[in-house]
Amino acid sequence: MSIGFYPGCSLKGSAPEYTESLLAVAEKAGLELKEVPDWNCCGATAAHNLNHELSLALPARILASAEKAGMKELIVPCAACYSRLCVTAAELRENPELRKKIAGVIEMDFECSTKILNVIEFLERWVLNSEEMKIPAPFNHKVACYYGCLLVRPPKILNFDRPEDPMTMDKLMSKIGAEPIDWAFKTECCGAGFSVSRTDLVAKLSGKILEDAEDRGAEAVIVACPMCHSNLDMRRAQINKRAGRKFRLPAIYITQAVGSALGIPDKKLGMKRHFVPVKLSMTKTKNAPAKAAVPAAQTAGKEMEA
Amino acid sequence: MARIGVFVCHCGENIGATVDCAKVAETCGKIPGVVHSVDYKYMCSDPGQNMIKDAIREKKLTGVVVAACSPRMHEPTFRRATAEAGLNPFLCEMANLREHCSWVHEKADATTDKAIDLVRILVEKVKRNKPLLPIKVPVTKTALVLGGGIAGIQASLDIANAGHKVILVEREPSIGGHMSQLSETFPTLDCSQCILTPRMVEVAQHPNITLYTYSELESLEGFIGNFKVKIRKKSRSLDEKLCIGCGLCTTKCPNKRIPNEFDAGLGMRPAIYVPFPQAVPNKPVIDKENCTYYTKGKCKLCEKICPRNAIRYDQPDEIVEAEVGGIVIATGFNVLNSDFFPEYGYGKYKDVVNGFQFERLASASGPTLGEMKRPSDGKTPETMVFIACAGSRDPAKGIEYCSKICCMYTAKHAMLYRHKVHHGKAYVFYMDIRAGGKMYEEFVRRAIEEDGVNYVRGRVSRIYEKNGKLIVMGADTLLGAQPVEIEADMVVLATAGIASEGAEELAQKLHVSYDTYKFFTEAHPKLRPVETNTAGIFLAGACQAPKDIPESVAQASGAASKVAGLFSQDELTREPLIAVVNRTAPPQYSTCVGCFLCQTACPYQAIEKEEIRTKDGKLIKTVAKVNPGLCQGCGTCVALCRSKSIDIEGYTHNQVYAEVMALLNRSEDNVNI
Amino acid sequence: MSVENHSHHGPETLSDKIYAETGVNAARCYQCGKCSAGCPLAEDMDFPPSVIMRLLQTGLPINEEKALKSYSIWLCLACETCYARCPMEIDIPKIADCLRHESLRRKKANPKSKDIISFHRAFLDSIKYTGRLYEMGLIADYKARTRHLIQDVNLAPGMYIKGKLHIIPERIKNLRLMKKIFSKTLESKEKTR
Repeated sequence: MSIGFYPGCSLKGSAPEYTESLLAVAEKAGLELKEVPDWNCCGATAAHNLNHELSLALPARILASAEKAGMKELIVPCAACYSRLCVTAAELRENPELRKKIAGVIEMDFECSTKILNVIEFLERWVLNSEEMKIPAPFNHKVACYYGCLLVRPPKILNFDRPEDPMTMDKLMSKIGAEPIDWAFKTECCGAGFSVSRTDLVAKLSGKILEDAEDRGAEAVIVACPMCHSNLDMRRAQINKRAGRKFRLPAIYITQAVGSALGIPDKKLGMKRHFVPVKLSMTKTKNAPAKAAVPAAQTAGKEMEA
Repeated sequence: MARIGVFVCHCGENIGATVDCAKVAETCGKIPGVVHSVDYKYMCSDPGQNMIKDAIREKKLTGVVVAACSPRMHEPTFRRATAEAGLNPFLCEMANLREHCSWVHEKADATTDKAIDLVRILVEKVKRNKPLLPIKVPVTKTALVLGGGIAGIQASLDIANAGHKVILVEREPSIGGHMSQLSETFPTLDCSQCILTPRMVEVAQHPNITLYTYSELESLEGFIGNFKVKIRKKSRSLDEKLCIGCGLCTTKCPNKRIPNEFDAGLGMRPAIYVPFPQAVPNKPVIDKENCTYYTKGKCKLCEKICPRNAIRYDQPDEIVEAEVGGIVIATGFNVLNSDFFPEYGYGKYKDVVNGFQFERLASASGPTLGEMKRPSDGKTPETMVFIACAGSRDPAKGIEYCSKICCMYTAKHAMLYRHKVHHGKAYVFYMDIRAGGKMYEEFVRRAIEEDGVNYVRGRVSRIYEKNGKLIVMGADTLLGAQPVEIEADMVVLATAGIASEGAEELAQKLHVSYDTYKFFTEAHPKLRPVETNTAGIFLAGACQAPKDIPESVAQASGAASKVAGLFSQDELTREPLIAVVNRTAPPQYSTCVGCFLCQTACPYQAIEKEEIRTKDGKLIKTVAKVNPGLCQGCGTCVALCRSKSIDIEGYTHNQVYAEVMALLNRSEDNVNI
Repeated sequence: MSVENHSHHGPETLSDKIYAETGVNAARCYQCGKCSAGCPLAEDMDFPPSVIMRLLQTGLPINEEKALKSYSIWLCLACETCYARCPMEIDIPKIADCLRHESLRRKKANPKSKDIISFHRAFLDSIKYTGRLYEMGLIADYKARTRHLIQDVNLAPGMYIKGKLHIIPERIKNLRLMKKIFSKTLESKEKTR
């Protein structure tokens, strides 16, 4: 069983552990991931910031190539690439004139007929898709599921999960034995593409995310985007410096968590490639190390007497 | 011999700027049968009408065609004028040169030609008009008021005091509606129950009012002046004649943990309960869905305890039938709950509440006896945030309209909080302040200037909980949209006013129009606010659109006056433009063969069977007969009748055929052959 | 699409232009401030999103200039939070994109945004020449443009050891098409004016 696969530049560059864990999980599920032939960069933030047609042409070539290769479904693990492809497909589906124009620019005709899946949809449909699934090494930890911006917004185009307090990743993590916490920064931006040009802002925004997750007792942040991962992991030193606090919790890709639960060894999942070491003991759920877990006065309060 | 008068109106610029009215009058003067043809600027004005009357008398006209606006606009006007001149009003017709011609075409010769055509065909019709007399139907002088909130109460009292009988139906166990849940009312800060309960008692004691509580409308049939209603009295499981309202059963009921609807879910009540101490009637009701006896077959403590032996577990619902002449819908409204808002927590934060919940917390008879205590842990909130426009004016959430009352009650809530917690901080996040009523603006200024409420102009993007506090993220748009973050102990959302539950089903039962938001539609938004498009059914209060108490009361009195006006006549006249089954000479009696296809098809059940018998009672044939009281003149039966035995007065086959033929037969100078 | 903006007469405003190109109507904004309240970087911006909308709404050249020259539009993370929460469902990120494009076209980009724009340009350069992002090339290009020569050098060894830094770029086969795509889009737009 093979399925179309668009890795995107990060998975081939600065996020090798995402690719490794994704391929390992796919292999466990008996799936072959076939890359879109001669795929190009989707343009990410840079393209749509500087030019509209370029921001459509680059993803269009990817979609056209996927279609040409007969791919009915395309798994796009990077949330930014997923967003660009979905937004482009939606805009070009609605506007046939524009689609013709872009087809001229990329010298290929296309229909935008390929179904684009993000990593969570992929895991739900192709990997953790049966009730009787065996989970040999349940991921017994309290986790903060971090969706980031582009998996759930803009809601009208993506139609994937609810944009406030989404639950798809939480449900997936529960399935593999984890305890997803209720926290307030599930979809707050990590700082996106400012990793290099405004690292201080990434430190500020990512710091808020880690603070909320750690204060509520999470042992790890689960991510589904290489940009978010890089900001939360690679930029940890800057985050800590700005916050005046040492955040210990690691950022783990969802494919790494799922792979770990399916019994795939750490090396195959690239667990050692993180800047922040992944030190999770595989026993019962631990309580939060640094700060005491905050009682949720709101959700479990006393009821009023009559 | 036909002597038709044609009167062409310019309607100011409306017709005159596009159609050559003088030419229309001139050409139509040449139509055979037309003896008088003029044009004038404003036919509906006094001089215009006088022209028609004078012509009728002087030229002894046998028919009148007024070529002007839509008959929906002025047919009654011109028919009245015709009648005053001594001619049967149904010999006057209107040709619509405005909506059907000048308003939909550009100025051109073709447009004037079309106008002439329109007049021509009406002339041919009117030549075949018959004088008709209006139909009279009796009026039942009993009113039905649906809904026992302040609007329903006011309407009932007004109609009852006018000397007519009223049946008031309320679906909750007590009347009072949402007003009984409020603590204080703006702009006077009157205690809501104190001003309401005297009215409630008056309703209960009024000799002209029959009160059915815990009851709903089951079905409605009939028409204005002659409605037949069925009311379902839901079983209270109680013999109301025996119960004295001592309340012993409610104190002894072991099942006390049911969320109290009256307290908007914040307090608890037992399974056998009276909604609030001042309830009218002050008799309990058993909540069958939660009572231990009804769900599990055990307990029966209330039956054992009741000193009057009034409990009746197997009491069935009762259907009461009644005849009424007019109906007032006063079913009120509801508000959104906090679970409607994804960015404010999807309802999972106990301390994010809506307006009614705050009212219950502030109310002396509420779950905290009027002390400011937050629902989650009972602590006194030190910082409170009030968010206006929560859901209203929000197309993204599907509600475009403004809910009108929230600016005022938000100011009131903030003031009540500050009065109870002197050191507390109150913030109101708003977009605009709508305080257009009498003393309303002064009320809001008092909140800001005297009671120290901080008003911040900006909407709140999201609320989340951290360390027992609610983090409110808003912005101050008057300071360049500066982000404003507040750590609040409690948040009150001024949620949008929405249609009451079951509004759509009720509207369909009553055949009343409603809009996309399920509010009932008034007959005309400006000039007929208390009537619906269904004759005999009137509107009062927030069921039509969100509104405050003064307006609800005013509208209720308005609806009551319409009902009283209706009842001031002993008979109602109906337009005689109804279907009639023909009658011919014996031995045929009628061309109707008695197939009754018309009866099956009639949407108004207006067709009956009539037996034609000889003098000694022998049956000759059974034919169809139209009930002149029920027929609405829709024409379905006419289209179906295979023997052409049924026809509509004023729109007979003959008349319609003549119009069509007139259109087809045109001569060179556009005068029919 | 036809432009029917009746709010002012006279020559086409920037708001008209945006409406004609994208269908997004700035007149719908009633200045509630919810976008600014939820924007992660509103406190760092010279004009938070709702104020940018107001500048456009006035249709006055002096205000349009302020919007085009603002730092806000370059600080925008394109996180889409504003659009997801806007009660009037206005596609604010789309307007932000248009303002960015127009700001570059008219050469009015805020001087503070130099680093940010340099990063975008360096990114696109990399794609133009190899079809895929070549991180080392991106960094070198960025440093050449901004002169931040020693930025992040301490990260390089760690990245290399963890296998995140590739010396040799990956090139796609159809590089000719890449260059063509760029010349037909980005380069042709910036040549006009």
